[in-house]
Amino acid sequence: MSQLAIILARVGQAIPTLLGIVVVTFLLTRALPGDPAAYFAGASATPESIAEIRAKLGLDRSLPRQFATYLKDLAAGDLGQSISTGQPVAAELLKRLPASLELTLTALLLSVAIAIPLGVLAAVYQDSWIDQLCRFVVTAGVSLPTFFTGLLLVYVFYFLLGIAPAPLGRLDILHVPPPQITGFLILDGLLARQWAVAWSAARQLALPSITLALFTLAPLARMTRAAMLQALASEYLRTARAAGLSRGRVLMVYAFRNALLPVITTLGMVFSFSLGANVLVEKVFAWPGIGSFALEALVVSDYAAVQGFVLSMAVLFVLLNLTVDIVYTLVDPRVKIDG
Amino acid sequence: MADGSFAPVIAIAPAPRSALARGFAHFRYVMTSNPVTFIAFVLLTLMVLVALFGPSLVPHDPLASASGKALKPPSLEHWFGTDQLGRDVFSRVVVATRLDLAISISAVAISFVCGAALGAFAGFWGGWFDRLSGRLLDTIMAFPLFVLAMGIVAAAGNTIQNIVIATAVINLPFYARVARAEVSIRRNAAYVQAARLSGNTEGRILIMKILPNTLPPMMVQLSLNMGWAILNAAGLSFIGLGVRPPTAEWGIMVAEGANYIVSGEWWLALFPGAALMLAVFTFNLLGDGLRDLVDPLRRT
Repeated sequence: MSQLAIILARVGQAIPTLLGIVVVTFLLTRALPGDPAAYFAGASATPESIAEIRAKLGLDRSLPRQFATYLKDLAAGDLGQSISTGQPVAAELLKRLPASLELTLTALLLSVAIAIPLGVLAAVYQDSWIDQLCRFVVTAGVSLPTFFTGLLLVYVFYFLLGIAPAPLGRLDILHVPPPQITGFLILDGLLARQWAVAWSAARQLALPSITLALFTLAPLARMTRAAMLQALASEYLRTARAAGLSRGRVLMVYAFRNALLPVITTLGMVFSFSLGANVLVEKVFAWPGIGSFALEALVVSDYAAVQGFVLSMAVLFVLLNLTVDIVYTLVDPRVKIDG
Repeated sequence: MADGSFAPVIAIAPAPRSALARGFAHFRYVMTSNPVTFIAFVLLTLMVLVALFGPSLVPHDPLASASGKALKPPSLEHWFGTDQLGRDVFSRVVVATRLDLAISISAVAISFVCGAALGAFAGFWGGWFDRLSGRLLDTIMAFPLFVLAMGIVAAAGNTIQNIVIATAVINLPFYARVARAEVSIRRNAAYVQAARLSGNTEGRILIMKILPNTLPPMMVQLSLNMGWAILNAAGLSFIGLGVRPPTAEWGIMVAEGANYIVSGEWWLALFPGAALMLAVFTFNLLGDGLRDLVDPLRRT
C-alpha cells in the first residue's frame, strides 16, 4: 500500500469510533437526572407549560427520533443551548477552547522537552544517578494527584516565595487582553507588541502548565527509557557499533530514532490523561477553559453543555490519535496498519 | 521388599506440607525477593488496619466543629491542625481512609469481575461477540477517561454509588483486554485439548482450566490499576462529584483546603493530599513488584 492509501484507511477507521462516541454521549445525557424542561420553565411553572417546553425541546419524542434530530443538529454544528449562559454550547466551547489548548499544549511541550532527554540519558547511563532520578520522577509522577501538585506549587511559589502570580485565570486583572488572533494570550500579546501583557500571560501560565507537565512526564519518561533500552540491546545497534560508527551517531541516529516510535504512540495516551487532568488543573488555577465551563455546567445539570463538552473532548482526542498515527506512518516506513 | 526400596525415598522427600504452608512459603518468597515490594505490603497492611479500626481510634470526632478553634496550625492537641470549622484534620484524614479505599476497591472489583467475564467470553468463543465487545471497549477507550467518568456521574446522578460505577466503567477495558489476550492464547493449549478430550464441557474448561491460569497477569493489572482508580475517584470528588460535605474524604478535603492555600493555611490540603499520594504510591509499588515477579521481561 502506498502511504496515502494507509493514511486514508486510518482515517476511515476513525469513522466508526466517532459514531460510537456520538451514540454514547447521546445516551449519557438522556439519562441525566434533572428534567431540563422543568428547569427551563422555572419555579412557577405549571404542568402544561413544562409539557409545552418539553415538546419544544423535542424531549417528548421517541429516543430514535431524538437521536436523528441530534445527528442533524450535530451535522450543522449545533450542540444545543447552554441553560446557564443562554448561549449556544458550540460558541461557548469555542470561546474557551484556546485557553485549554494553550494550557495543554504548553504542558505537553514542556513534558516532552524534559521526559525524552531524561529517559534517553537514564537508558544510556543505566543505573547511574540519572537513572535513579528518572525512576524517582516516574514513580512520584504517577502517584501525585494533579490537583494536589497544583496546590503545592501555588503554596510554595505564590504564598511562600511570592514569585508566581495569584492562581486566578489567564491574565492579571491590570491588563487588558490583546486583540484575539490565535486565542493564545502569549502569542497574541507578542503579535500585538504588548510585551507586558505577554509576560503577564506567561507568568499566569507557568504554574498550571508545570502542574500538568509533571503529571504527563512520568509515562513519557518511562516509555522513552524502556524503548531506548530495547534499542540499545538490539542487534542492529551492535552492528552499527561494530562498523565503527561514532558513539553520537550510534546513539542519536540508530538508537534514538527507533526508540522514538513507541514514544509517539504513548503520546496519544498521555494526551487522553492530560485532557482529563486539564479539568482538575483548570479548577485549581481558576483557568477559564472548557474544563471550568463543564464544571459550572455540571453543578446546574446543564445537560447540553455537559454533552457538548464530553463530545468535543472525545472528538479532539480521536483527531489527535489520528494525527499521531499518521505521523507514525510518515516516520516509520515499516509500518503496516492492519485492517 | 516394598519396605526396603521405598523407605529411603520417603526419608529424603520433605514432609508433605499443607496448602497453607505452601502458600505462606510462596508469599515469603514474593516478599523477600524485592524489599520495595515488602515495604509496599507493610504500607498496605497499615492502610487496611487504619481503614478497619481508624474510626474507633481517632482522638476527635471528625464531624464535630468548634468555631473557636478554626484554622489552627498543627499542634500537640491537633496533630494535623484544624480546618475552617474547627474540625480535627488528623481525625478526618484517618476516617476518610475507609471511604476512599471502599470506593476504589469496589470500583476495581466490579471492573475486574465484569472485565474478566467479558474478556474471557470474547477470547474463548471469538466470533461476533468478540467483535461486538471489542467495538464497545474501543468506544470507551476513545474518550478521555476522566472526562467520560465525569459524564457518567453527571448523567447517572451525583452519588457515591455512581462514582464507583463510573470508575468501574473507565477501568473495564484494561481488564477485558488482558483477560481476552490471556484466554485466547490458551484456548487451544495442550492441557485444554486434554480436558476437552476427557469430556469436559466448554464452559467447564473455561472456568476451571483456563481462568485460573489467567489470574496472575490479571492480579498484576489489578494492583497497577488500584492507584489509578483511587486517583480518579479522588479527582471526581475534588471537582465536587459524589461525596458531599461534611463527609470526610481525601479528594473533597483537598478541595476544601484549596481555598485556604492562597492565604497560607497549608495543613488543610496537605495532609489529605499526602494520604492520597501515599495510598496511590503503595499500590503502584506493589503492582510494579508483582509485575516484575510475574513477568520479569517487562521490568523497566
